[in-house]
Amino acid sequence: MNIQGRSALITGASRGLGRALAEALAKQGARLALVARHAGPLQDTAASIRAQGGVAHTIVADLGDKDAVHRIAGQAQGHIGDIDLVIHNASTLGPTPLRLLLDTECEDLAAVLETNLVGPFRLTKVLAGAMALRGAGVVVHISSDAAVEAYPRWGAYSISKAAQDHLSRVLAAELEGTGVRVLSVDPGEMDTVMHAEAIPDADRTQLARPAAIAARIVQMIADPARAAHGARLVAPRWELAS
Amino acid sequence: MKAPAPHDVAAWWPHTRSPAPPVPAPPAAPPLAADEIDRHRVRLVALDRHTGAAALHAFAALPRLLTAGDLVVVNDAATLPASLPGQTEAGEIFELRLSAPVEGERLVGVLFGAGDWRTRTEDRPPPPRVLAGQRVTVGPLAATVAAARGRQVELDVDVGVGVDAGGAGGRDPAARRDALWQALYASAAPVQYAHRRDPLALWAVQTAYAARPWAVEMPSAGRPLTWEILLELRRRGIGVAALTHAAGLASTGDAALDAALPWPERYEVPERTAAAVAAARAAGRRVIAVGTTVVRALEASGGRAGAGVASLVLGPATRPRVADGLVTGLHVPGESHYELLRAFAPEAQLERVLGCARAAGLSGHELGDACLIY
Repeated sequence: MNIQGRSALITGASRGLGRALAEALAKQGARLALVARHAGPLQDTAASIRAQGGVAHTIVADLGDKDAVHRIAGQAQGHIGDIDLVIHNASTLGPTPLRLLLDTECEDLAAVLETNLVGPFRLTKVLAGAMALRGAGVVVHISSDAAVEAYPRWGAYSISKAAQDHLSRVLAAELEGTGVRVLSVDPGEMDTVMHAEAIPDADRTQLARPAAIAARIVQMIADPARAAHGARLVAPRWELAS
Repeated sequence: MKAPAPHDVAAWWPHTRSPAPPVPAPPAAPPLAADEIDRHRVRLVALDRHTGAAALHAFAALPRLLTAGDLVVVNDAATLPASLPGQTEAGEIFELRLSAPVEGERLVGVLFGAGDWRTRTEDRPPPPRVLAGQRVTVGPLAATVAAARGRQVELDVDVGVGVDAGGAGGRDPAARRDALWQALYASAAPVQYAHRRDPLALWAVQTAYAARPWAVEMPSAGRPLTWEILLELRRRGIGVAALTHAAGLASTGDAALDAALPWPERYEVPERTAAAVAAARAAGRRVIAVGTTVVRALEASGGRAGAGVASLVLGPATRPRVADGLVTGLHVPGESHYELLRAFAPEAQLERVLGCARAAGLSGHELGDACLIY
């Protein structure tokens, strides 16, 4: 898929990997609808992309809110037209410092699933129909190593990411042959606010820059041969094309 | 036909058209049931135009009724939250119902008097009279009346002026546009139906393939097209293609305005849809329009790619040139949609459809059961 001129919706776009993805896609000529909960940082991201000649619009919304989904889809398509690419990047760890799963309140687990699992499900459900009729589109789920490994204290997040990986697989099975490509991508450990919230004492010099990971993910999106429909990819192991 | 420039909304005003013919006499036959039907449980009366036979099916039978090579064309316009609460500077309350898609910072619509959807539009008090240049608020937005013709208005929104519309606004046009759309989706609701106890949510008026928000009322014929049915059509080699048509208001509560409905409406036919229409026709297959908005767009465009404004009104005297068939709601004599059905089938056949619908207790509600003429 050629990124130039494509319309992309990115959730959790005000900071970290989401912002880096927005900047990387804008640089290649994509037109963006950016979603985040807080207006200020989101508008900063959009303003900085626009200042460099990019097209970026903002939608302030919470993915955990059922009623937000059509507001997001409507505003996004009002701004940038038919959506070619959706990146489900927004996610929450739940309460930090991270707790043992057995110490996690039921409501906290439910809230994490609502944002990290049900939110992407709802948004795909609303956007993928038009993609399928056009016979083209890409849906990317940002996953985590915690979707595969079972670490103590990462329970709520880990469960939501494991379920999101399977959401990605089931969607891929149902969308087989429609031209809509579904991917799940583990970005690896990155130097982000979220990482600092989860592991405050991490050695930041050992962590990847979000911009470097975003560049790999943009290559995956553009390369259906290497990043095939239904695949789960690990960004740090992705061999960058020259 | 070229789409009007964003400022040239005059092309969409009904006053530019000659008065519509008188509405036919109301039906002597009993009306249909009027309950909302779960989109997975919709039933379908299928009318074979050639034999004249009408038969009752589950809507899910649609793929079996068509043949490989046939093409189903849908309207992929998402439904806007088109109803906004408003107020004049003197504090008079009104409801603004958008009648066309949002263009730039301009809202085009019809004013209704105080009250909400629980009151039938015909029974609402008249709205306050507004004049060009006057200031009003709609939702959290301040606006200036750019044009007013009776109850029809065009408003220029002043994003970020006086009212906080999400923190943005100012000089950057993109940021102003973001603030306008944010405020629209935060404060507006879909156009409601008078008999409902609870307001209709935005999700309840979207099709499975909704894309750009161009419709002010739901293109509801596509509501029962679930993924199951869309994928089954594909498996059977029946094409499904989309166009976008700015479905307008079904009613304004004003007899003079209603007489001129449907108003001219914007549409866009993509290249791939035009190609699919041409291929189906070349192969001698049927083109089935899902909804009267699709018929309007197909007939106005001749099935060719491009953007335009559909101003034609189809009825018994017109013969569709592109659409061979139609999926629509159930309509009784006296409704404007019924007149459009007469473009596809003679009244004797349509009576058979209604007889079948009545016998099975089918719903003629906008969000009710369906009919296929093919």
